Amino acid sequence: MNPTLQTLAVTLGILFTLLHVAAVLIWVERRLLALLQDRLGPNRAGPLGLFIIVADVIKIFTKEDWIPPFADRPLYVIAPAIILLTALVGFTIVPVGPGMVVLDLNIGILFFLAFSSLGIYSTVLAGWASNSKYALIGGLRMAAQMFSYEVFMGLSLMGVVILAGSLNLSEIVEAQRGMWFVLPQFLGFVIFLLAGLAETHRLPFDLPEAESELVAGFHTEYSSMKFGIFFVGEYIGLTLIAAMIVTLFFGGWLGPAWIPAPLVFCFKTFAFILFFILMRAAIPRPRFDQMLSWGWKYLLPLALINLIATGALVLIRAD
Amino acid sequence: MLSLIKSLWLVFLHLFRKRFTIQYPEEKAYLAPRYRGRIILSRDPDGGERCVACYLCAAACPVECIALDATEDENGRRYPDFFRINFSRCIYCGYCEEACPTYAIQLVPDFEMAEYNRQNMVYEKEDLLIDGEGKYHGYNYYKVAGIAIGGKDKGEGENESSPIDPKDLMP
Ligand code: SF4
Ligand code: SF4
Repeated sequence: MNPTLQTLAVTLGILFTLLHVAAVLIWVERRLLALLQDRLGPNRAGPLGLFIIVADVIKIFTKEDWIPPFADRPLYVIAPAIILLTALVGFTIVPVGPGMVVLDLNIGILFFLAFSSLGIYSTVLAGWASNSKYALIGGLRMAAQMFSYEVFMGLSLMGVVILAGSLNLSEIVEAQRGMWFVLPQFLGFVIFLLAGLAETHRLPFDLPEAESELVAGFHTEYSSMKFGIFFVGEYIGLTLIAAMIVTLFFGGWLGPAWIPAPLVFCFKTFAFILFFILMRAAIPRPRFDQMLSWGWKYLLPLALINLIATGALVLIRAD
Repeated sequence: MLSLIKSLWLVFLHLFRKRFTIQYPEEKAYLAPRYRGRIILSRDPDGGERCVACYLCAAACPVECIALDATEDENGRRYPDFFRINFSRCIYCGYCEEACPTYAIQLVPDFEMAEYNRQNMVYEKEDLLIDGEGKYHGYNYYKVAGIAIGGKDKGEGENESSPIDPKDLMP
């Protein structure tokens, strides 16, 4: 096939899937949370309650799009767009199958880290531009959380980079043909999982939103589709983290030969999304100072030890 | 850390538990016999209205949703001319039932009274009155009360001795 055409097809395919995944996740999350809490969840509208997605979308589109008069207008409007944009751009380097990647960058991991940390501007700006105290506290929490967890998010991945000898995600996946990196890099996997959750500010690390403390945190003042974009952005961010975990630690699209590679990839990613929802149901939200001190006192040193140990082992092997 | 992993596992196991949800329109919740729901007015075993229009229920009602007006028939038997309960205000506290001296007003296990029009929540006597005796059987106020009405003089009620003449010296 014509390479330009193939890139176009892959790009559109990924974009299409992602936007739909974000919508379907609304339903998946509600149903699964309900099941985990011995309830049934929304099951009335349409088969299995699937039409709740349509109802939700219609609802969110027809709500009044209200910009508070005290808000900083331009920033207030831009903020939701940033989170969606960065999450989508972050997806460009994820290989969903052999050769099926939008941007085959040789610095894939760095690109991903850069864009996932750019996403912080969305929440911080939203908190700032809303010009209300709860939103501001949410934004500040996001900033602090991001700075502390960003540091070892990168460090936890370096073990994988050392083992694979490349920053290119497709090559990292190829390097896992013998063994998934989750085994030699188990510590790195756990740390990346926690940092990724903190990065997407999902429960249990949803301190920037923390409904029980901060009303709704950084998006307190947002309504209608602007709020919807935050929602979609959060789900795509969640999918991105799940996809990265799969790519870096669980062999990406590698799987039994009789299943198409993209399907294997989607299946693994979905399993992790379900795991994130399980975490949401099971684990209580930590206090803010606890969360930061775990980050700095335990996870950062662990990530460093992991990095040094991996490097040392690789050097010893090489000799 | 271990406890977190344990709780993850335990919450995961809840996926396979029995559901607590009652799927309402198809599946109904159990209502106890003394469940306090829609209000009815009952009749005595002879088919007469039990309510004697004493206004006690209206006085006991904390939200004042009962309105009635007393009248008498040719036998001197009191009954409500109209009896109106506004169910959009009723809180189903059951005080009216407790206050009623004749077991006339009763709350029954039924709560499916939704209406599109709020005015339809106001029930008149025809809507409230049922043909049976409700929860309390065999009670007939005028048969046991010492009051004289047409067809029954003083001393003719059940378990009632004839009135004595206080001016008479004979034992
Ligand atoms: S149940 Fe309570 S609120 Fe309702 S009519 Fe009787 S006394 Fe009034
Ligand atoms: S329903 Fe009972 S309490 Fe109310 S007026 Fe009639 S007899 Fe009296």
